[in-house]
Amino acid sequence: MSETVTLTIDGAEIQAKPGQMILVAAEEAGIYIPRLCHYKGLKPHGSCRLCTVTVNGKPMASCTQPVAPGMVVETKTEALNQFRRQILEMLFAEGNHYCMFCEKSGNCELQAQGYRYGMTAPRYPFQYPMRDIDASHPDIFLDHNRCILCARCVRTSKDLDGKNVFQFVNRGKHKRVAVDSRARLAGTNANVTDQALGACPVGALMKKRVGYAVPVGQRLYDHKPIGSEIEAKASR
Amino acid sequence: MNPNLETDIRQICKEFGNDRGRMMDIVIAVQKKHGCVNDDAMDLIAKTVATHRVEVESTVSFYAFLSTRPRGTIVIRLCHDIIDKMHGSDAVAAALAREVGVPFGQTTSDGKITLEYAPCLGLCDQAPAALVNDVPVTNLSTDKARWMVQELRKHHDPNQLVTEFGDGNNAHELIRSMVYNNIRKRGEVVFAEMKPGEALQKALSMSPAEVIREIKASRLRGRGGAGFPTGMKWEFTRGAPGDNRYVMCNADEGEPGTFKDRVILTECPDLMFEGMTIAGYAIGGNTGILYLRGEYAYLRSYLEHVLADRRKKGLLGKSVCGAKHCFDFDIRIQMGAGAYVCGEETALISSCEGTRGDPKNRPPYPAQKGYLDCPSVVNNVETLCCAARIMEKGAAWFAQMGTTDSPGTKLLSVSGDCKRPGVYEVPFGIPVREVLAMVGAEDAMAIQIGGASGQMVGPKDYDRPISYEGLATGGSLMVFGPKRNVLEAAHMFMDFFVEESCGYCTPCRVGNVLLKDRLEKILNGQGEPGDLDYLQELGQTVKVLSRCGLGQTSSNPVLTTLKNFRNVYEGLVKVNQDKFQSSFDIKAALTPARKIIGRESVIYT
Repeated sequence: MSETVTLTIDGAEIQAKPGQMILVAAEEAGIYIPRLCHYKGLKPHGSCRLCTVTVNGKPMASCTQPVAPGMVVETKTEALNQFRRQILEMLFAEGNHYCMFCEKSGNCELQAQGYRYGMTAPRYPFQYPMRDIDASHPDIFLDHNRCILCARCVRTSKDLDGKNVFQFVNRGKHKRVAVDSRARLAGTNANVTDQALGACPVGALMKKRVGYAVPVGQRLYDHKPIGSEIEAKASR
Repeated sequence: MNPNLETDIRQICKEFGNDRGRMMDIVIAVQKKHGCVNDDAMDLIAKTVATHRVEVESTVSFYAFLSTRPRGTIVIRLCHDIIDKMHGSDAVAAALAREVGVPFGQTTSDGKITLEYAPCLGLCDQAPAALVNDVPVTNLSTDKARWMVQELRKHHDPNQLVTEFGDGNNAHELIRSMVYNNIRKRGEVVFAEMKPGEALQKALSMSPAEVIREIKASRLRGRGGAGFPTGMKWEFTRGAPGDNRYVMCNADEGEPGTFKDRVILTECPDLMFEGMTIAGYAIGGNTGILYLRGEYAYLRSYLEHVLADRRKKGLLGKSVCGAKHCFDFDIRIQMGAGAYVCGEETALISSCEGTRGDPKNRPPYPAQKGYLDCPSVVNNVETLCCAARIMEKGAAWFAQMGTTDSPGTKLLSVSGDCKRPGVYEVPFGIPVREVLAMVGAEDAMAIQIGGASGQMVGPKDYDRPISYEGLATGGSLMVFGPKRNVLEAAHMFMDFFVEESCGYCTPCRVGNVLLKDRLEKILNGQGEPGDLDYLQELGQTVKVLSRCGLGQTSSNPVLTTLKNFRNVYEGLVKVNQDKFQSSFDIKAALTPARKIIGRESVIYT
């Protein structure tokens, strides 16, 4: 087997490792494919579908599709960007996302993707679901209103923290993150130092008493869009 | 805590080797004994099989037939698909609610009877139907519904509702069901006579590679709907590295309007098991799993009996058909518990592994990494029957039936507005019109072919053939007569997908809800012309971006009615004159606020 796989992404010839997922191969080449459920160090999940690209003209999730020799991948067509805006709008309409008073504002990946893809307001009607907040834990709270079901906490807790604090229950529109205790988050072995906290892309899983610590103007995505750190690699 | 709970759970877990991979069996058994899998039970199961409580909850909460809260000792599940509705299930529901004294979704205060709705039970040919615990009750009327409740109040035994048996094996002492087979047309592949062992003997006289070559030569394609060439699937599975290989038979027939597997399971399980055994030989596997949908639990004892009989005859077990073949193979039955998505092959594998029925990412495909990460082949019930028959009669015999791209016969489950609902074995390539004449539905205004995930087509398509290259179907054919509203059907199918989506990926989880809501708006007479573009665009997005076959086909009810019955939509939408949002109901919007402040609005009374 050859050491590298050659494929074309957005017209550029790219070398990738065999078995590597398209999203990761693109990232190493300085091409940013948007993502929410994908998280470094975790197995690909393939649930948000934001990273959909076309492979030889066929739409596929780039986080779960391995590279193959001669593949022609497009990541930035107008049709794809339309799809991405729709996915983002679905996520915004599905939950209760109030950026103006959310502690995560400015550091939120969902919000940052919305900005990156020029989303203004969702074309879909807000669902205004009745969702719960679990504030039972002394140092952590879990606000289901903001959860986008990306499983980053579920997987991080299991694979990186070596715990099993979170898992999904129910199905379809009733699907939600549950915790490993009938006594809510306080009954679990979740700890404020768990990596699972940092893995949450939105304001669903948060540390208590540190909200709004970073002033507007100094937050993660205040000046540069999400993904620009990856794209900076290419321009160097 | 119930003092017996701990002992029972220990025993049940032990029975399944304290293996958390057998979680489905464990929680089904616990629920059977204790009515539900409550907090205490989940804690105990987790402790006993060394997993986390939330993992148990994850599985239990996924399946419609499992519950974390107590339900009645008798659960009546009334089928509420479109066909049952057309046959009066709404009136039956009202009668049941009145007679039981609680609305649907609730349990009587004495804890005896729970009323629930269920998606397609696989009994559309004898609708309206219900399951009372595991017992199917068919051809319900309001009178029969009332009688049923009165009887249950007397003896609390669903089995006593069966006063006469259906035809064929439905009357077998291990089934004893009122269900009828309704086999209207027998073909040469599935519904022909068979001698158990004959096809298997033939296969075993060949090498596994030759068996695969024969299946490939027959050009057999998967009967579940996707139509993947069976021989190739077997070949990939055989060629994949792994210590164990598995044959999984998909008997999770959940596509609304499909019931042909029910009839195969009742009348020709030997043919199916023989197909599984042949597949096992071909791929080099020793274990088969029949994934049986929870709705067909009433067939389980009989199927176990057929398996036992095959073991006795040397057709299963150690040294199948004699030691000279060096082939061991056995089959176990895995029960499902009410989840349409488990008919998706990777979701079926997840369920067999004891987790929620989430489909898996592909690649790897099941042929490479399937059940327990071993190479696995997942075939439909009917496909395996065809495979067995091909071994018996030869690839050439099979391939001369049907069309070039769709050889062989196909079982159609026909229901709805027709004179002769039931199962028809017809050659592939038969035009819709011919089928409609056969079933007594010449006046059909529309047919839904391929179930909820299929297409709604009208008379202009009736000369098209039923085949993979023409109008494809996994078996479902629902007929809608001249007076039916196709949009109402589309709406019910969307409702089905909203209920049955696993919720894993965004487009399917959210998109289907949005599609259903907009369809509802149009059906309520509030639709505007722009809503049609909205449905088209959103439907396309759900189709293109979804992760598995469920999501990729879930918007078909909307997309195919938009394409083939656009005039119906256009007759319902109108330009909104006052520019306000037509669907906005200020009074409804104020209801939560009114509840909080405890008084009516002064302006919007």
